[in-house]
Amino acid sequence: MIHDAKMMADIATAKPALDNVSRRGILGGAGALVLALSLRSPARAEEAKAEAQKFGADSMPHGWRDDPKIFVAIAPDGTVTVTNHRSDMGQGIRTSVAFTVADELEADWSKVKVVQAWGDETRFGNQDTDGSRSTRHFFQHFRHAGAAARLMLIQAAAKQWGVPASEVTAVNHTLTHAKSGRTLGYGAVAQAAAELPVPTEVKLKDPKDFRYIGTGKIGLIDNFDITTGKAIYGLDTKLDGMLYAVVARPPVYGGTVKSFDDSEARKVAGVVKIFKIDATPIPTEFMPLGGVAVVAKNTWSAMKARDALKITWDDGPNAGYDTDAFRKELEAAARKPGKVVRTQGDVDGAMAKAKTKVQAEYFVPHLAQAPMEPPAAVARVKDGFCEAWACVQGPQAANDRLMKALKLPDDKVKVNVTLLGGGFGRKSKPDYVVEAALCSQAVGGAPVKLAWTREDDLHHGFYHTISVEHLEAGLDEKGMPVAWLHRSAAPTIGSIFAPDPKHELPLELGMGLVNTPFNVPNLRLENPEAAAHVRIGWFRSVSNIPHAFAIQSFVSELAHAAGRDPKDYLLELIGPDRKIDPAAIGDVWNYGEDPKRYPIDTGRLRGVIEAAAKGAGWGRQMPKGRGLGIAGHYSFVTYTAVAAEVEVDDKGQVQVKAVDIAVDCGPQVNPERIRSQLEGAVVMGMGLALTSEITFKQGRAVQNNFDGYEIIRIDAAPKVVRVHLVPTGTYDGPLGGVGEPGVPPVAPAIANAVFAATGRRVRQLPIRDQLSA
Amino acid sequence: MIRLTVNGAARSFDGDPDMPLLWYLRDELGLTGTKFGCGVSLCGACTIHLGGAATRACITPVSAAEGQEVVTIEGLSPDGNHPVQVAWRDQNVAQCGFCQCGQIMQAAALLKDTPKPTDADIDTTMSGNICRCGTYPRIRAAIHQAAGQAPASKGERL
Repeated sequence: MIHDAKMMADIATAKPALDNVSRRGILGGAGALVLALSLRSPARAEEAKAEAQKFGADSMPHGWRDDPKIFVAIAPDGTVTVTNHRSDMGQGIRTSVAFTVADELEADWSKVKVVQAWGDETRFGNQDTDGSRSTRHFFQHFRHAGAAARLMLIQAAAKQWGVPASEVTAVNHTLTHAKSGRTLGYGAVAQAAAELPVPTEVKLKDPKDFRYIGTGKIGLIDNFDITTGKAIYGLDTKLDGMLYAVVARPPVYGGTVKSFDDSEARKVAGVVKIFKIDATPIPTEFMPLGGVAVVAKNTWSAMKARDALKITWDDGPNAGYDTDAFRKELEAAARKPGKVVRTQGDVDGAMAKAKTKVQAEYFVPHLAQAPMEPPAAVARVKDGFCEAWACVQGPQAANDRLMKALKLPDDKVKVNVTLLGGGFGRKSKPDYVVEAALCSQAVGGAPVKLAWTREDDLHHGFYHTISVEHLEAGLDEKGMPVAWLHRSAAPTIGSIFAPDPKHELPLELGMGLVNTPFNVPNLRLENPEAAAHVRIGWFRSVSNIPHAFAIQSFVSELAHAAGRDPKDYLLELIGPDRKIDPAAIGDVWNYGEDPKRYPIDTGRLRGVIEAAAKGAGWGRQMPKGRGLGIAGHYSFVTYTAVAAEVEVDDKGQVQVKAVDIAVDCGPQVNPERIRSQLEGAVVMGMGLALTSEITFKQGRAVQNNFDGYEIIRIDAAPKVVRVHLVPTGTYDGPLGGVGEPGVPPVAPAIANAVFAATGRRVRQLPIRDQLSA
Repeated sequence: MIRLTVNGAARSFDGDPDMPLLWYLRDELGLTGTKFGCGVSLCGACTIHLGGAATRACITPVSAAEGQEVVTIEGLSPDGNHPVQVAWRDQNVAQCGFCQCGQIMQAAALLKDTPKPTDADIDTTMSGNICRCGTYPRIRAAIHQAAGQAPASKGERL
């Protein structure tokens, strides 16, 4: 969801197709071919700059390509191979891309394979897999690619039979001329089809004829490999002569190696090389933190040797970072006026006249994405060429950092994308791929597998920000707000790209702060200054987490102050159904989407809140110690609401009994994966609500592993998770994101449920044992 | 020299006897289905069967497997169709899938010892296996299915 200037200015010249093994397997065989046509030229970075403003995939570096020459191959035996250029970290995009092409192509799903594109955005279009964008940006393009290929197959068959193309149908891998009763398989005409001119117009299927799209009946394309241990993740690549490495990194952000003694480490059997990696000065961007690398004949030797290193660090300017003290700094900042990021009416005047005033502050700590697969990469830097195999969300970003670190031109770097064992934003930052390449270079070109341990992951992360949200409201005699003031103080992601920025970026402000969709006459939103002392990065749903937690908790507090039902109060605050132009309320970003196609639709927000409430049986009598809480939120141009039922026992322990989560993401391409993503978002949202937190003392992350950084386990997961898919829109219309929008409403719904159960208001996360006192 | 059996094949290892079985399996034998997630027995991604019992390979030295039978996800079933694997696919349990080999090995051990597990049994036995994607509702459903406690298939997946 962020693009630095270097990526935007990326070169747009074509990169030669190198030795992509998986594609060669399909294309290099006897007579195999690629269907060739180009529907539209790709959006290039220069064009993007030349035009005033672009939206959707067009707004991303390198835009999009829907050229079947690049994405669709049909072998003589009829096997269809779809090239997927988006990283799969559990959202199932490999499956969704493949069945989208297959559906429009009228392909038999059992004859469809998927291969993963290497990092080359000039060739494939944007590959930056974050921001809940893959299906939203590329669904229509993949439909076009499949439909164009189908038309060419039809034309080729018609030509062979000497009949009009209009008399030929393509259904489920078979071309049929009904009048003469003749049929052909796709493979039989694939060669002839490729020689035909490119159709300028293609007709997409009527959605009622979809075979796979929207059905929710397609299992994961990688299911067998995943369940049998054959699936290859970043940590699993194995090359001949491969060595293994770990790195000891500065424990404090901005720290450097003052000196090191490796005499004991060298005695560990299997050690090949120990060397210093220079630290990247702050801001480090995506480049390595530096430290001391150990390369060995196996991972265990590398780890043992690293433990034996004696390193003296210069901790640098962040040596004093202490999150307890920093929280107080943020609170002080949030209690004073800050940079105004949106204002309407006269908040101070209305506040002075209000019948009742309510004020509250909310705190959300740093979080680590902690994907189950820690960062990992294999790289080989040999004969002036670097090839990497890595679990990256942004392979082009990795490619560019390798070019920079190794001083190699673009055509001498190639990044292959493995499956990702989770990403959640962490694997958008390819520092670990660069580390692997530096290790390979240091040992003279042998391939090196670089592993991060869990401790490395928690100690040297790109952390979710830390924030204090200060809210004030003035209520009228009916208890509704006439004045609303919200100050959000949090270090910005911009701090990894630029020296010491103090304010949130438009994309952070646009994650649920400036686009607060409430019907309040006087409203002011402020962003006080905050400095960063660690690498701040995006964590699934990003700034929506603190903004939604604060706002949706505060609404529940106001409802209580007004003596009203929280759901009814929330709906009244959202106000009558209307479409808000995000730009008109100060959101210049709107997730990169056209505000005309994607207005903030308060009716859709109301719809998901009502669906979650209905699912949970809102309003029913709850037994003692139990409560229902609700929250709704707009993020990634999708509407999500959660109703959570919790039980708080007499020891103050919170158990989430049931969760109803409703989503309106527009047309649903893969309802099965939408459900899966939302089920998972409930669990991740529960984790940050109840247990997860990264703290710092003396600049160092305190938590070491899953004992200190607690993740929800199966015994704490709710036994009941009901996902409600609210249908809207058509398959030709705008799509919303899915991967992230489930997370933000979970924590406030739980906190509101805790209040309903106990009368105690939680204003800081995680809840942990706050209720046991 | 340490001798052991891995997925039915006799193996010997003359390296560091302290090397965790995890790295022996992954780096020396290339059996990468056994995953690294924490290194200290907190996440279960490395779960294997040692002498038939679910074991965390990340804290088990190779020397502890001397003379024993090790089964990894690659050896759980000759054709990948152990009832737990089938149920996992039927329920589309996986998201990223990284933890699922460990989950499947743990679940297979659970069903061997407790063929008809209750939700409480599942909580107790499976709580050592973290899934950061949050697939727990489906893990639970898949275990019940593999135990024959739920419809074998909803008939809605191709």
